[in-house]
Parts: sequence; structure tokens; C-alpha cells
Amino acid sequence: MKLAIIAGTASVGKTAVVRQIIREFREGCNPAYVKIDVVRAFEDEELREEFGIPTRKVYSGDLCPDHAGIMVLQDAISWAQNLGSGLLIIESAGLCLRCTPYTTQSFGIAVLSAVSGSNSPLKMAPMIAQADMAVVTKTDLVSQAEKEVFREYIKEVAPSIDIIETNAIQGTGMRYLMKALSAYPDLSDAEQIVLRGSPPLGVCTICVGKKEIGWQHHFGVIRPLEEADNIYRGD
Amino acid sequence: MRRDQMSEITVLAGTNRSGKREGFDQIIIRPGDTLSIVGPTGSGKSAFINDIEVLAQADTVTGRRILVNGVPPSDEMARDPSKKPIALITQSTRVIADLDVSRFLELHIEARKQTHIEDLIENTIALTNEFTGEQITEAMSMTALSGGQTRALLIADAILIGRTPILLLDEVENAGIFKERVISCIKECRKTVIFVTHDPYLALRTDRRIVMSNGAVVKVLEPHDRERATIARVSEIDDLLWDLRERIRSGELIGEEDAIDEKIGVPA
Repeated sequence: MKLAIIAGTASVGKTAVVRQIIREFREGCNPAYVKIDVVRAFEDEELREEFGIPTRKVYSGDLCPDHAGIMVLQDAISWAQNLGSGLLIIESAGLCLRCTPYTTQSFGIAVLSAVSGSNSPLKMAPMIAQADMAVVTKTDLVSQAEKEVFREYIKEVAPSIDIIETNAIQGTGMRYLMKALSAYPDLSDAEQIVLRGSPPLGVCTICVGKKEIGWQHHFGVIRPLEEADNIYRGD
Repeated sequence: MRRDQMSEITVLAGTNRSGKREGFDQIIIRPGDTLSIVGPTGSGKSAFINDIEVLAQADTVTGRRILVNGVPPSDEMARDPSKKPIALITQSTRVIADLDVSRFLELHIEARKQTHIEDLIENTIALTNEFTGEQITEAMSMTALSGGQTRALLIADAILIGRTPILLLDEVENAGIFKERVISCIKECRKTVIFVTHDPYLALRTDRRIVMSNGAVVKVLEPHDRERATIARVSEIDDLLWDLRERIRSGELIGEEDAIDEKIGVPA
């Protein structure tokens, strides 16, 4: 079974990309799909209805959705393997740009929207840099010049990343994604899968529920405004 | 091969919405050719130029394939917009970047690794202003440009900075640009252009007309000189309409003294 992990901020077209992948791999690959989201998600029902494939969703609730995804990934792999699936697609909630959800033994896809502004690749560097492929969607809506600048900025973040431009609704340009995913090896040992990148520096007091604002009220990983260059200052 | 040395594009037939093969085997588009795509709304005009833009390889709904110089394009040409010999400008083509005109052009020039940045910016703005009645300046914000100004700037950018040999223009006539100046500039520069258009004058001015219906090409017309007299006449009518449009826009009343009937030769 192959594992594909799809990340990207909200509304960039992740699910449109997933639809194209399912369309391509439906015959003979029996794809399975898991959506991780925070409060509500509908993609699992829509895709199950549209393609008749096994789908699930996980609500992370108070937990960070990328953490939730990592927590359930081992179980999700067993679930899909038991169904005899040849391709498990994990779609992230797309909230955090720092703690990217890609793992070893999986094909990581960062989805970016061409209409999100040409600087956006620079702002979401880890999400792009850890991926195997960047899929730029909605390229039919922007000028040629902006497409080129967008591509330059992705290259600045990840010089060797594979980039495809697409109108994901139409599926234009997606053949290169399909080729790369087909060529990607099956996962070999689920027990050995680890995150590709380092997660952020551990939880902070805000994560555990303290609501006061200002670093004076917190301990652990804290940062005053004037010392923004320090990574952290212990209590 | 450099983009600007690219010589010809071949469109190989796909199928219509009912799965029936299109009314041609191949359409060859050579440098300097001008074509128009005509047909009712929803007949597949935009899909036709989209196929060319993405260099389709039977991987779009139409099943068409596009060859460059008689062979399938390289992956690099199909995937890297700066290697692609084609610029598509549509009515929905937007500039999202919140930058002024000169910085926007500068970024594109840098992405293209071209030199003489200042001259190039100046020339591109000058050409834009030949295409549009509403002048732009380098300090204007891109997002504040009108539809017509944006279209004019993107066409000038494609010609001078992108140096794209093939331009695909989707219903740009509605944006209020000087279409006669655009078409003559494109011809002077030996660019290939394909207009998707509902504008009779633009359609008549091109060398070939591709007629669409139900998602497929049903006819390819090559009028040669047969429409020459018509073109001259339509040009006069078009000029008259342009003049009227400008006067109406500036708040004038149009009355009998304008003798519209006489000008377009309507029998009394």
C-alpha cells in the first residue's frame, strides 16, 4: 500500500487534488481516504458518495489537528490495509505551517493556491520544504507573470522540489503528479514510520489552557516582543 | 531550443461532448498566424485555448493533443511557465499582488533573468498605454488598475517581458482596449495570436476562424481575400461605434445631427 499525505492551508483546493488522485487510482488501487479536521468536515461523506470508496474523518477538537493526525496514523494504516487498499490518502486540516504532517515512507504533497499572493510560499516554508511535490492550484485565475514569480518563490524555499501548476477542478497538469505517485514505493514497515521534520519546541502554557496574555504570565517556552530573535527564554 | 525559436503548434483532434470525433484531423498554427475561435457560449471555445495553454496530451476533457514542432512537448516545457511558449490572458485573469506597476514588472523581469530592467519597465508601460485609453503610470497599484488597464498591461508584459511567441486572448475585447492597435502590434512582432471572441471585427481580422459547437471544432474557415470588402465596411462601423461609445461615456447626448443612419448607410 502507498501512503499519500496532503497538506495545505484552508480553501487552497486540497480536496480537488484528492478527487483527481482518486479518479486516477480508482481502478485497481482501491483508494481509502482519511480527513483530519478540527470542528467540522464533509469531504469524507462527499468522496464516499461520489466514488464509493472507504473514507473516514477525525475531529481533533481541542488537540492540534496535525498532532491528531500523527496520533491516529498508525491505526489508519491498519484500517486501510485490512480493507485491502492500495493507496491511503491522508488530508490534513491545513492550519499550522510549522509542524508539517509528512512522514517517512509516504508521498508528501503541499497544495498552494496561486491566488493566495506571491509571497505565500515564503511564509509557509516548512510545509513546502518537507514535501515531495508542490501543487499550485487556481493558476487559471492569475497572470502569467505572477505564476512565474510564485514558482520562483517556491524554488527559493525548496530548490529541488517538484512543482506542478494546475486548475485542479479541471485536472490540467495533474499527469505529472499521477506519474510521481505511481512511481513512489509502497510503505514497507509501518512500525518504522516517523515524522520527516522536527515538531515545534514542545507545548507551551497556552497550549495547556492558561488564557492570560503576556509572557509574564507564562513559563516554559516564552518570548517577549523585544527579544524576538531569541528562540526561547526559559522561566 | 529557446522559446522564441519555437516554430509551430499542432492541435490533434479530440472528441465532442457526445464522444464523437471533431471535424478536423489537425490544425497547424505557425508563427505570425492569427486565429479566432467563434461559437455560442458553452460551445468549448475556452476549453480549446486551455488545451493549448496546458499543452494537453489527451489528459483534458476534450482528449486533444498538442504538438510543438511536430512532436510532444518536453516535460520541462509543459511544466515550467517560464519555459512555456504560451501566455493566456482571460477576462478572469487577475493580478493579486499588492504591488505598484513597476515593482510587479520588475519581479517578472527578475524571474525571467533579463537585464536592462529600467528600460524594459518603461517600454512595457509605454506599450500598455498604446493599448488602453486610460493611461497607467509606474507608481499605480496593480490591484487598482481597471479591467482594461490590466488586460493591456498583461498583453504588453507577454510581448516584451515574457517574449512569448504565442498569445491566447480570451474575450479581451470587452475590456475596452484598442483592439486594432493590439492586433497590429502582434502582427508587427510576428507573434501568433488566438482570439476567443464574440466581436465580429476581431473575428474577421484573423487569418482563420475556428467554429465551435458542443465542445468540438466543427469548421475551420480560411476566408483569404473573400471577406476583404466586408472587413473594410465593418471597420468603419466599428470606428463609428467606438466613437459613439467614447461620447456616451463622456456624457454626451446623441441626436439626429449625428446622422447615424447615413454613416452606416441604412436606406431611408
